Amino acid sequence: MPELTIELERLGVVIEIGRMPVRVNTADPGFLAMLQDRYAGFVGDSDEPEIEFDVELVPQGSPNPDDLCVTQHRGRWCLTRGDFRAEWEPASRRGWIRQSANPYSIDAILRILHTLVLAREGGFLMHSASAIRNGKAFLFAGVSGAGKTTISRLAPPDATLLTDEISYVRKQDAGYVAFGTPFTGELAKLGENVSAPVAALYLLAQGPENRIDPLAAGEAARSLLANVLFFAEDEELVRSAFYSAFEFVSRVPVSRLTFVPDTRVWELIR
Amino acid sequence: MSRLYMARNPRVAARSLDGEMMIMSGRDSTLFTLNKTATILWQAADGATPLDEIVEHKICPEFDVEPATALHDAETLARELARHEILQVSERPIPPRNSASGESR
Repeated sequence: MPELTIELERLGVVIEIGRMPVRVNTADPGFLAMLQDRYAGFVGDSDEPEIEFDVELVPQGSPNPDDLCVTQHRGRWCLTRGDFRAEWEPASRRGWIRQSANPYSIDAILRILHTLVLAREGGFLMHSASAIRNGKAFLFAGVSGAGKTTISRLAPPDATLLTDEISYVRKQDAGYVAFGTPFTGELAKLGENVSAPVAALYLLAQGPENRIDPLAAGEAARSLLANVLFFAEDEELVRSAFYSAFEFVSRVPVSRLTFVPDTRVWELIR
Repeated sequence: MSRLYMARNPRVAARSLDGEMMIMSGRDSTLFTLNKTATILWQAADGATPLDEIVEHKICPEFDVEPATALHDAETLARELARHEILQVSERPIPPRNSASGESR
């Protein structure tokens, strides 16, 4: 008599941000559908993901951004917050996630994951809007209220919005490339999943006129570091992020963009 | 009078840019920008040269200040930098530690 076997259906979605495919496996079709909807435009079909997570859905925890802890021990990253716990081993490229069926926890996990991977290769995520115009990417950095959403909303039709909140920057050859992200701010609109070489970083300030003032290298590096997303309590990665910021400002022009909140500001961005 | 020795903490990252020395703590990611005097101390902190010699040869020629005042201020500053774990200070020479990460690039 043939042996009776039960094979659980393996559901999964590949979420590809910054050309890094991450496969998320789940046994829950509803959660899968939510991921496919949440990351529409960033769903890939790679058979060889850079990282693969198995998600176990558990009852809802309590999200509190202040209790986030990201540590590394013996080659294994551990990510914890009130609403999730995840582990990931870079050597095996595998990990697991325990969270409830909500889009916010996995969104936070993906942001952290990408900062860890990018930090090792000289890239970063940063608090900035970004857009492509004339084949060049422009980053618009600033704290909440500085104008990231406003500048994104004012973008002309020939500009492609990459994000209004979290920019994705990878080091490539002698320069940097910005990618679209699904990480949204007030605009609540996913960026386009495209990329372009970074032509400039602007630090946003709203004022009585539109003008661009180049920043000295020191101020540029300080401002960049203030806007880079970094979660890990890891000395080596902190040092990598620090040196990456200096490398970036040595290759990309950094300026202060003072602007009146109307469409004319985009006349300066070409 | 005891002498004070200083060494750079190898657990920080440091970079000089257009004459500004910036240092980031690897422990908690705090970013420090050193003023001119603190930069001189950082650059001269080899663990072997006593602070009074650094003041005499590097600080007094740079600033119009009495040597005794300069030494007092430099010691206060060195201890402040040590409190932030940027420098280590000791009344004995500090042997070099096996780490390249804290060196300024």
